[in-house]
This record gives sequence, C-alpha cells and structure tokens, in this order.
Amino acid sequence: MIHHLRALSGIIRRELLRTMNQRGRLAAAVVRPLVWLALFAAGFRNVLGFSITPPYETYILYEVYITPGLVGMMLLFHGMNNSLSMVYDREMGSMRTLLVAPLPRWYLLGARLFANALVVIPIVYVFLAIARWWDVRPPTLGYAAVLPALLVTGLMLGAFGLLISSFIRQLENFAGVMNFVIFPMFFASTALYPLWRLDDVSPALGWVAELNPFSHAVELIRFCLYLRWAPAEAAVVATAGAVFFWLAVYAFEPGRGFWARRAEA
Amino acid sequence: MTEAFPSENATGAFSGNVGPGSPSENATGAFSGKVAAGFPSENATRNNEPALAVAHLSHSFSGRRALDDVSFAVGSGGFTVLLGLNGAGKTTLISLVTGLYHAHGGSVRVFGHALREDPLRALAAMGVVFQQLTLDLDLTVRENLRYHASLHGLAKSLARERQAAELDRLEISDRADERVRVLSGGLRRRVEIARALLHRPRLLLLDEPTVGLDLSTRRAILAHVRKLCGDEGVSVLWATHLMDEVETGDHLVLLHRGAVAWDGPAGDLCAATGRPTVADAFMARTQA
Repeated sequence: MIHHLRALSGIIRRELLRTMNQRGRLAAAVVRPLVWLALFAAGFRNVLGFSITPPYETYILYEVYITPGLVGMMLLFHGMNNSLSMVYDREMGSMRTLLVAPLPRWYLLGARLFANALVVIPIVYVFLAIARWWDVRPPTLGYAAVLPALLVTGLMLGAFGLLISSFIRQLENFAGVMNFVIFPMFFASTALYPLWRLDDVSPALGWVAELNPFSHAVELIRFCLYLRWAPAEAAVVATAGAVFFWLAVYAFEPGRGFWARRAEA
Repeated sequence: MTEAFPSENATGAFSGNVGPGSPSENATGAFSGKVAAGFPSENATRNNEPALAVAHLSHSFSGRRALDDVSFAVGSGGFTVLLGLNGAGKTTLISLVTGLYHAHGGSVRVFGHALREDPLRALAAMGVVFQQLTLDLDLTVRENLRYHASLHGLAKSLARERQAAELDRLEISDRADERVRVLSGGLRRRVEIARALLHRPRLLLLDEPTVGLDLSTRRAILAHVRKLCGDEGVSVLWATHLMDEVETGDHLVLLHRGAVAWDGPAGDLCAATGRPTVADAFMARTQA
C-alpha cells in the first residue's frame, strides 16, 4: 500500500514539474478560453437572447453562460493532449518506464490520469480569476464547490482520451483528434448553447447533446459553480468516467488493443 | 566529449576480446574455466533458478513471424549477450520479457516468477534500459531518478542514498542537478543505467545501450556493466548488434530471423565454425 502511495506521489510530482516546464503550453491553455470569452462571446452577446435557464436566476450575459463551457473545453484539451501523449510518446518511451514498474497496470494508468487531471486545475482557476474582469462572478463558495467537479470531469475526459487513442489508430496526431473528437464533442454539447436552443434548431442535435457526456460535465461544472446540486449530472460523469477507464485499461492489457497492434512499429 | 572512465578503459576489461589477431585462443579452451562461471547449466544446480528463463517464445506481427520458438536462459550472475542484426527480433524479445505485451506462445520466467502469472514480482526483480531514451529531457537527472525510485516504492531517504551511490559510481554526481537535455548521449545512457539499478534489480536488461555512442563511451559503458556483473553479481542480458562487444568468455545467444542460431559460449561458436572472430563466426553461422 505504501508502495502505491509513493508511486502516486512520484507520478504527480513528475506531472507538476513537467507542466511547469512547459510555459508555452501553460500560457496557451489560459489564452485559448480567454480568446473565446473576449471575442467569440462578445460577438454573440446580442445575437443570442436567453430566457432564464437554471442554475441562473436572472437574465445573464452570454459571457456568463459560456464560462463553464470554456472551463470544460480547457479540461477537454488538456485531457486529450495528455492521453494522446501517453499513447504516442513511445518514441520518448516514458510510458515504457511507467509500465515496467512493479504495480498493477490499472493502478499506474489511473495514477497517471489522476495526476493529469490534477495539474490542470490551477490553470482553470487562473482563467476563472481573469474571467471576473468580464463580469463572470459566481459566488465565492462556488469556486470551492466546483473543485470536485473539475477533478471528476478531468478524470472522465482523460480516460476517454486514453480509450480513443488506444483503439483508433487513425487518430495519429492532435489535428485528427481536434477535428474528429474535440470539435464535435465541444460543439454538440451545452457548452455554447443551452439544450432547449439546440432542441429548437433540431431535435436530433438536442438528442446528441444530451447523450454527449461532455454536456453533462459542463452542466456539472455550471451547477457547482453556482452552488446548485446536480446529482444526476455527477452520476453520469462519474459513471462515464469509470466505464471509459475500465475499457482503456482493457485496451492497454498486453496482447490487446493498442499494444498488440502497435507493437510492430 | 568522450566521457570515458579512464581507469576502466585502461583495465583488462577488453583483454578477453577475440580480435582478428588472436585465433589461437578459440581452439585452446583457455577460457573455458572462466566461461563456465556464468552459465545456466552450472548455476541451475547452484542457484535453482536462472535469472531469466525464456522458453519456446513465439510472436508474430500481422502474420509475419518475429520470434520463432526462442528458448535460452541467463544464468544467475551471468553476462549474456543477445547478438543479432537489426530486425532479428531483439527488441521484440525485450518487449515480451518486460511484459509490454504478451507473447503468442511460450513463457518467460524471472528468477522463477512467471511473467504472466506473477508479473509484479518478475518486474520488481529486473532493471531495464530500453533502446530508446526514456528519460524526461526537461527534468534534472535527480528528478528523473527520484521519479523512478517512487515507482519502485523506495522510501525517500533510501532513494536519496542510492541515487548518490549510483551517480557516484558512474561519475556523474556533479551533473545531478542539470537537465537531461543538456547532457550528451553517453551521459544520458549512464543516467539510465544508474536509474535502472536504483531498486537493486538482480537482473539487468539492456537493449542496444551503446547504439549511437562513440567508441570510447561505448567501451566505458560496457566495461561498467561488466563490472557490475562481476562485482555485484547482477545478471545481465546485453542485446546488441555490435560484434566487437562480445568476449569469448560471454554466454552468447545468437538471434537470427527470430530464431536462436547459437546458444553457448562465444568462444565455442568460433571453434565450431572454425572462424577466428565472433564477427566471422556470426557470418558463417547466419549465412549457412
């Protein structure tokens, strides 16, 4: 047991150090949602009229609406990026060192995902702090309440990334993942528009958004940030995360999925 | 920059090498006494279990056979060279032995622990230096070692102690706080060897550890690993395609097109083929 904990703390420490070393990526991670907030949201501010949608109790600005969605986007990019590097960084072989450690494979993968989900959280808070400048001001306690939601969402998206990059061989690079995974997942969700609006446009689109686990992650973040309970969303995100994780572990088993097919390279 | 360990280069580490000019050594059996020390047959009785036992290992990739019924053993405390050309199956073999993926057939045992059934114990007993560099380039040497120590569950104080000892032994203590990115290829390899030894494995696997290094660095690293084997009783499997890294006294496993073409003392291979050097004997054996 102590071995497990030491390994976990070592893995987290390494992720932290690596993240802090990648200043460029850190800056990009904060600037990306800010561009959306400052430019995209400003442009649509008057185009999109909102009726009052829970958890909000008054009419809100579009910036306020999309901020939880942009937080979700940060977690999505980060999770995909890291999971991809877990699978494809074999040239650097860091996964190899991890996988020859004398610990169960599911534990090592889980620890890596946990560490990945953890290191992005400070960056999210930096974004939320800057977003106050655009009058996105959730209750103070909301910043604390959203923490577990961020962690669960980060884990779920990381596990999802690991799963797709293990199974889908064509997604060799980040551009492919952008087009075929990140964009569809982001746009067909409640990150940018509330569900009723998607439903209005096309019931099919509304249906897709409802099935999209990313929608539920965004709503979980949104509700927690405004101090409202969202047990159903939490359950969906946690369950999806667990399913993705076990499938990813299955795919990582020696002799299956990724390793069996990639071994030749 | 050569970063040789001068003292070790000057020792007799290579004196046993079969050079083109020493054909007489092959037939005489002068090395047989020394040779026997590391052999599975000898050790099997003394030590019960060989460090690494590979039995009937087969593997194929999309129909192409990469390994075909490969069996050999690394004796406890022995130095075994796995020699083969590029594409002979060395890396596949190392991947299977480290449990990266399952072999389609056959078994791997590490000090008696079956890799399939008892992988954690088998993995705990081995240290691995992969062909490709697996260090984090942007972390310092010390952080890289610390990470590895944590994966093996070493307590912080013990980890620190061993780091110091290993770095010292490889004469890289003064570079411990530098980022790996600024180190030369030879130094990076030394760091990887130091790292692989942190958890005191009894079996050390090295997959072409000297590829891309200059001659004196290559020799220094080889001499270091041979010394580990001799002084500390670490069993070594050294995979290479460089014939000059083989000494007559070594246990040689010759891998050719995925199959074992020779398993026994390197000197005997020369004798059996009637060639003066391992390189010649290799050519004779693989082109037959």
